[in-house]
Amino acid sequence: MRTSAVRFDGVSRHYGEVRAVDAVDLDIAEGEFFAMLGPSGSGKTTCLRLIAGFEQPTDGDIVIFGETAQGVPPYKRHVNTVFQDYALFPHLNVLDNVAYGLMIAGKPKRERHAAAEAALELVALPGYGARKPSELSGGQRQRVALARALINEPRVLLLDEPLGALDLKLREQMQDELKDLQRKLGITFIFVTHDQGEALSMADRVAVFNEGKIVQIGKPEDIYYRPEVPFVADFVGSSNVLPPRVVEKMAGQWSHASVRPEAVKLVDAGIGADGLHATVHSTAFIGTATRVSLDLDGFSMVALLPKGARIPDAGEQVHVTWGSEDLHLMDAA
Amino acid sequence: MTDHVLETDRSGGLRGISDALWRNPRLVILLLLTPPALWLGIVYLGSLFALLAQSFFSIDEFSGLIQYEFTLKTYKELFTPTNLDIIIRTVVMSACVTIAAAIVAFPIAYYAARYARGKWKALFYLGVMLPLWSSYLVKVYSWKLILAKEGILNWLFETLHLSWLLNAYLSIPVIGGNSLSVSWTGTFLVFLYVWLPFMILPIQASLERVPRSMTEASGDLGASPRQTFCHVLFPLALPGVIAGSIFTFSLTLGDYIIPQIVGSSRRFIGQAVYAYQGTAGNIPLAAAFAVVPIVIMAFYLWIAKRMGAFDAL
Repeated sequence: MRTSAVRFDGVSRHYGEVRAVDAVDLDIAEGEFFAMLGPSGSGKTTCLRLIAGFEQPTDGDIVIFGETAQGVPPYKRHVNTVFQDYALFPHLNVLDNVAYGLMIAGKPKRERHAAAEAALELVALPGYGARKPSELSGGQRQRVALARALINEPRVLLLDEPLGALDLKLREQMQDELKDLQRKLGITFIFVTHDQGEALSMADRVAVFNEGKIVQIGKPEDIYYRPEVPFVADFVGSSNVLPPRVVEKMAGQWSHASVRPEAVKLVDAGIGADGLHATVHSTAFIGTATRVSLDLDGFSMVALLPKGARIPDAGEQVHVTWGSEDLHLMDAA
Repeated sequence: MTDHVLETDRSGGLRGISDALWRNPRLVILLLLTPPALWLGIVYLGSLFALLAQSFFSIDEFSGLIQYEFTLKTYKELFTPTNLDIIIRTVVMSACVTIAAAIVAFPIAYYAARYARGKWKALFYLGVMLPLWSSYLVKVYSWKLILAKEGILNWLFETLHLSWLLNAYLSIPVIGGNSLSVSWTGTFLVFLYVWLPFMILPIQASLERVPRSMTEASGDLGASPRQTFCHVLFPLALPGVIAGSIFTFSLTLGDYIIPQIVGSSRRFIGQAVYAYQGTAGNIPLAAAFAVVPIVIMAFYLWIAKRMGAFDAL
């Protein structure tokens, strides 16, 4: 059993009537790459801010490496944050930004500048020290923010939507780099994102947030293939959620179920009577596949048809089927 | 139904003028800038240079007539002990008022920029601006009443049995006096009150532009609130503080009414200018005195620029 880096014991954060975080229990192991995934306003960022110490819990306790964080101000926590807007100090150059934590700690100038130079090398920005943050691109600022957060050698690094402001190509590149960096340094990364692809591809474990609560926590494959509640099925990779009356008809059990869009097959209405009767609403070519929106009796589904499959026209009548192993039953919710 | 996508009606009238202006953006700029340029250029700068020119003339000591010949004699007169005293006194007072205003204004501005929302923000603006709506003279005279021996402040000290404290303070040379209303402390307090809004508003504006994540990042990296203030908040607010100090410093340098109503009989630059150009009829010396604040402000701005106060603009 690995040591626990961050533990939430029934942590709540309320703003008046609003329950931003509502009785959350959580245990993040040391060295883990942990993602908090959820739509905006689901409480994931508040959880991160609670760990950093910018917010205090209304209720419950946060334990960091075995010690309670109750009443400990941010500047006394060995936890560092990469901010969503990077929060680089505009009046300092890149080197002094990175060296800020060491300057505060009272390290002499030569020592801290050498350390900052090494940290810039780590994030592949050697020799950028003399520039002002305003002279850098978004991706470069992101790296500087990372170097600045790492220079204090934190045991937990918090990342608040760090890739949100970058364009797609750069984002994918940074995902790989962050993952490599985490492996190299071996410290705990806690990563907040609303992008399921990002969470699934980078994290060892993912917690899915909705309305201040964790609705599911587990490995990316579990979250993706075995969602426990309709919200997770819908939010993570936009699975089709089937209502209980349909599930009962097809699998003989009264519960919600999910089917991944890529598992959905379309059969011409004339052939074979099994499957569900549906009308094609619209189709859209999305590069690797074609997305087909279907109207079923009272609800809608999405199918992803691979290259080479026959693409039906809008308004066409089809039958919808899937392999029985692709139907994933969920707890009623 | 019209057949044209583009309106073909290019006839005159107001729309014709609009079209012509739209096609000539430079004409718009010219029209917008000419009136203020004329106003500033001729009325303001013109009279300023006329004044400057006067300072290079001198007055004939016997006849009291102005001699229209170039001379630096009048400037030399500025350096007589009495006049130098006036200049030093004014500069020291301006510096004290500026520093005190910055210290008092910062927390208020910080609160307004960081915490005040909606109703409280409106209340803040009202509270800061309200004193500016009433006449300057009314404010100064009401302060004279507050500070007078029979005034409310004295009464308060008496009620609290602290008169000995006030008397001990007033017996201090230079800053004390018979009562607060005839001491430099009184002058200082009134200056501070009257110019405070001019310090609060620029600082508030500059703090408003500092995102919360900036101070959080500093704390996150281990800086205590005091260190965050010194290394992040104050440097980022500095352009606002400098802007505010330009107001408070120059306004104090040039004011002649406050020290006349509240304070000792010893003069400030403004009073000297007022006296020399009026009763004494010594326009050249008055002009030379008027040049002093201009030179001091130019020097002050130069220093501020050298210190990088405008880098974060």
